[in-house]
Amino acid sequence: MALDKVLVYAETEGDAASTATLEMLTKARELAGSVDAFYAGPHADAIAADLGAHGAGKVHTVDAGDALPGAPVAAAVADLVGAEGYNAVLFATTYDGRDVSGRLSVRADSPVISNAVGLALDGDALSVETVIFGGTKVVRSAFRSGSVAIVLVRPKSFPAEPSGGGAAEVVSAALPDVGAAGNPKILAKHVEELEGPKLEDADIVVSGGRGLGSADGFKLVEDLAGLLGAATGASRAIVDAGWVPYSKQVGQTGKTVKPNVYIALGISGAMQHMVGMKNSKIIIAINKDPEAPILAVADLGVVGDVHKVVPPLIEAIKAKQG
Amino acid sequence: MNIVVLVKQIPDPAGPQELNADHTLKREGKLILDESDSYGVEIALQLRESAGGGDVTLVSMAPNGETSGLRTALAMGADDAILVGDDALPGAAALTTAKVLAGAIGRKQYDLVIGAVESSDGYVGVVPAMIAELLGLPSLTFAKKIDIDGSVIRIERQTEAGYDEVEGALPALVSVTAGVVEPRYPSFKGIMAAKKKPLEQVTVADLGVSVPGFNGNEEVTSVEDAPARAAGEKIEDDGTAFERIVAFLDEQKVL
Repeated sequence: MALDKVLVYAETEGDAASTATLEMLTKARELAGSVDAFYAGPHADAIAADLGAHGAGKVHTVDAGDALPGAPVAAAVADLVGAEGYNAVLFATTYDGRDVSGRLSVRADSPVISNAVGLALDGDALSVETVIFGGTKVVRSAFRSGSVAIVLVRPKSFPAEPSGGGAAEVVSAALPDVGAAGNPKILAKHVEELEGPKLEDADIVVSGGRGLGSADGFKLVEDLAGLLGAATGASRAIVDAGWVPYSKQVGQTGKTVKPNVYIALGISGAMQHMVGMKNSKIIIAINKDPEAPILAVADLGVVGDVHKVVPPLIEAIKAKQG
Repeated sequence: MNIVVLVKQIPDPAGPQELNADHTLKREGKLILDESDSYGVEIALQLRESAGGGDVTLVSMAPNGETSGLRTALAMGADDAILVGDDALPGAAALTTAKVLAGAIGRKQYDLVIGAVESSDGYVGVVPAMIAELLGLPSLTFAKKIDIDGSVIRIERQTEAGYDEVEGALPALVSVTAGVVEPRYPSFKGIMAAKKKPLEQVTVADLGVSVPGFNGNEEVTSVEDAPARAAGEKIEDDGTAFERIVAFLDEQKVL
């Protein structure tokens, strides 16, 4: 299978194309002769310039209104892939990306590779790199001849670089009726407003886990982050426990971060978490358990209780900052 | 209300994880109920209680006739289980897994199918959407709260920015996050009762599911150790670790 035509599933953050979308377009144009985008939502024209500047020739678009995208949008993508002969479809590992790609996989009867952190050509085949066991092993899988390759790519796996192309041509696609499968409707959207820098883009991230002991313990994270101008993050354990909102979650389900400095307070480093932060440039971890996996990847690992280490750390930084 | 809960039995995540020569995950030892699935079992039991009756059926796929994880979920209060075991299945990719599970679900009458958003060993995270597509069901995914009123299901769906309120009609599939409810511990009585609950073991052929070349066009070409991060510095806190952290942050020009 030569990789002639690649389709990138575009998503937005606010009114702009998501960074993950631009990263995938950048990589796709290195691998394939022709790259297009698919966008489900209103106002594809508003992001067409950005998509085009990163390599998309066309942006196929549907607007599913208030319908949950999964079923109807997957049907639209499947029809387009069939009609246009795309060899691969790339999705970011987002909530909607997972819903649409899973349903597309069934419609195209072709498997999905999830959590890709690298893409390359292996002869004519698309080779996908994933990591397992908390990032200690790298697995390469190839899509051989036949049906469309469907890949879920982790954000921040590639740089996003403009190619200097003009705006993508906006082309309306048909939105098939999928019957009962299409009945879920979005009644209301709730945005959990966050203070401080945006987690995905922050230069420094301070994250907390179960070792904080209680929801009140997250104040240690906030105080340290405040002093460092850092964003705050969390492990799945404390998000699930209701201590902090879901939008702070770093990991497989949640955000992927790649800051210059990642400071983990009371996080053990479950695989779930590690895939979301392992590529940080510098990792500092404080954990009571000397066997905690996070200490194995930390540039500075402190075996100790966050409640004993962090308060004097905060005072010392305050003193230093005057 | 009749509910099917998808449960996975996995190697204990706390133990060492290894691959077989054919790149599949070693699953020889005892398998446990994936903690992610205990939330689905719990919400199913609660929804059945509020509906005033019905069956909670577990559906699982595992090698070697492994049932210990299923017995845990039966001990929590599920009524019966279907286990698909087949020599053709080890290493099955998500799509194959979804086809097999959908085939098993199809043996039951159900109003709702519940699954975790992802397993704790493979964490592919697309199987619920695939099963919904295979069964022609709506999927309400990444639910952190579920309410059912008659045939209307309403959830709070986790999003990048917060959450959405989503409404659909039964029959439907929901995928649940670990925050959706607090799973109960099996009681002694529950554990004893679980031993006698019906557990049907079936093969792929029994389900009439075709899984030719079971992973289709996807093939693992290499598995290597990841480049190790340069060995870090590890210290034990003796009351002065904070000073080392300050110095380290200084070296990184963060302060």
